[in-house]
Amino acid sequence: MDAIIIETIIKAIIVLSVIAALAGFGTFIERKVLAFMQRRLGPMHVGPFGLLQLAADGIKLFTKEDIIPQHANRLIFMIAPIITAATAFIALAAVPLLPEFTLFGYTVHPIVADLNVGILFILGAMASGLYGPLLAGMAQANKWGIIGSARTAILFMSYEVVTGLSLLAPIMLVGSLSLIDFNNAQSGGIGEWMVWQQPLAFILFLIAGFAETNRTPFDLLEHEAEVVSGYATEYSGMRWGMFFIGEYANMITIGFMASLIFFGGFNDLGFIPGFLAIILKVSFFFFLMLWVRASWPHVRPDQLMWLCWKVLMPIALLNVLITGLVMMV
Amino acid sequence: MGLEKFKDRNVGIQQYKVVEHEAFPKSNAQKFARVMKRMVKGELFVGLWVTLRTMYQALFQDDMHTVKYPFEKLPISPRYRAIHEMLRLLESGHYRCIGCGLCEKICISDCIKIDTKYDENQRKEVTEYTINFGRCIFCGYCAEVCPELAIVHGGRYETSSQQRASFSIFEDMLTPIDALSSQKEYPGFGAVSPNADDNIKKTPLAY
Ligand code: SF4
Ligand code: SF4
Repeated sequence: MDAIIIETIIKAIIVLSVIAALAGFGTFIERKVLAFMQRRLGPMHVGPFGLLQLAADGIKLFTKEDIIPQHANRLIFMIAPIITAATAFIALAAVPLLPEFTLFGYTVHPIVADLNVGILFILGAMASGLYGPLLAGMAQANKWGIIGSARTAILFMSYEVVTGLSLLAPIMLVGSLSLIDFNNAQSGGIGEWMVWQQPLAFILFLIAGFAETNRTPFDLLEHEAEVVSGYATEYSGMRWGMFFIGEYANMITIGFMASLIFFGGFNDLGFIPGFLAIILKVSFFFFLMLWVRASWPHVRPDQLMWLCWKVLMPIALLNVLITGLVMMV
Repeated sequence: MGLEKFKDRNVGIQQYKVVEHEAFPKSNAQKFARVMKRMVKGELFVGLWVTLRTMYQALFQDDMHTVKYPFEKLPISPRYRAIHEMLRLLESGHYRCIGCGLCEKICISDCIKIDTKYDENQRKEVTEYTINFGRCIFCGYCAEVCPELAIVHGGRYETSSQQRASFSIFEDMLTPIDALSSQKEYPGFGAVSPNADDNIKKTPLAY
């Protein structure tokens, strides 16, 4: 029993530090990729290829003054970023990050907690992460913040239905909510990937995932051109940084979910070993989010609601229905 | 060329191009058709392709547009009007300015200050020549009017400094005497045009 607790704590610390570092690195990659797509160079001057820009930004964020506006609700204002960052990492607890491997004769399962309701847990944790922007916007006594949190509510009400319904069909096929079972169900090579059976569910999940992580076609919450910085208007320093670490951790989680549920997870891919395969897949989804950000304009809040409720939700329902019929026959 | 072109004050609209725009759908059926068409057309993927192509070109085909400014500079046009330069006569090394005062007279922001006196040979000597760059609007009139091509606009556009005075004194603008051999006949603002000889007309006195 003690061994399990210690193992879990070690795993949690490793996941936390690695993913937080990756989230920071993600901001660097984002700046580089966006720059290249606009024929710019991106960060160049700090360290080789501007790599140490990360450290410079980190130092800046840590040492910046932590301002709390005068009329803000201090407590809520202070804990809101922690909600976003914490839930993003809590969601990762049920994600199997790599295939099992043996270290010093001890088999390691790179998952903090193999829940039997893994997907439900991840969706729930990520959804509660949106309380961060919601509370932050309302607590800061700033009209842009209020608009930002209203948009959070809109976003939340719109995509959450689609995420759940789009994943329902694959869940029905696999018959389990654990991501490890999903992975094992697709162990037979590319032909068994869930995306061939459920292409519609994949597209819906991807769209909802972009909304869930607050990425570009649906980045209503803090769109600078419209609402200054939305819910993050009054934040500075590390509290502001926590929102973004949360956002990037969520992007990584969505990347993992998409690869595990639809793209064969960490099964060996031909000559590519499993751990490399999943890293490649997640990197691709991360790149896709940056790529989309460089290419597409974003939608209005009302368009997002229209899209989610009038287009995506009926399609998702139909998909569930058809999947059910096919399974019964 | 007639005068009409100069009198047309409607600058610009001649070159406007009206963007092609399909008709807006009127009925619901048309709206539905448009939605379906847009869905199948895959224009979003065209957008993705464009950015990916740009990234490829920028990274592998040397199409990066960034200029690392303090280390690299873009060439400026010879007609660019930056800080003035005073040129010297190539033969004698004497400054070209004859102290005629035309530049002081024409300067619309009244920022040139020139003072002259007769030297022992009864020639005019410039005793003081300053340009107040806090007032200069870089209009180029002074370079245009100068009969001797003495004052021209140089290419020195990085003008942040602790003191304006470090640009505006005659000696600072004058070509250094040891750099005389590298003084170029300035092709830019205030210089004679390349076809100046063709434009010379006989004055009526010659008839
Ligand atoms: S550029 Fe114009 S404003 Fe400046 S000194 Fe010459 S005439 Fe005066
Ligand atoms: S117009 Fe030319 S020659 Fe005359 S005073 Fe000015 S700089 Fe000298």
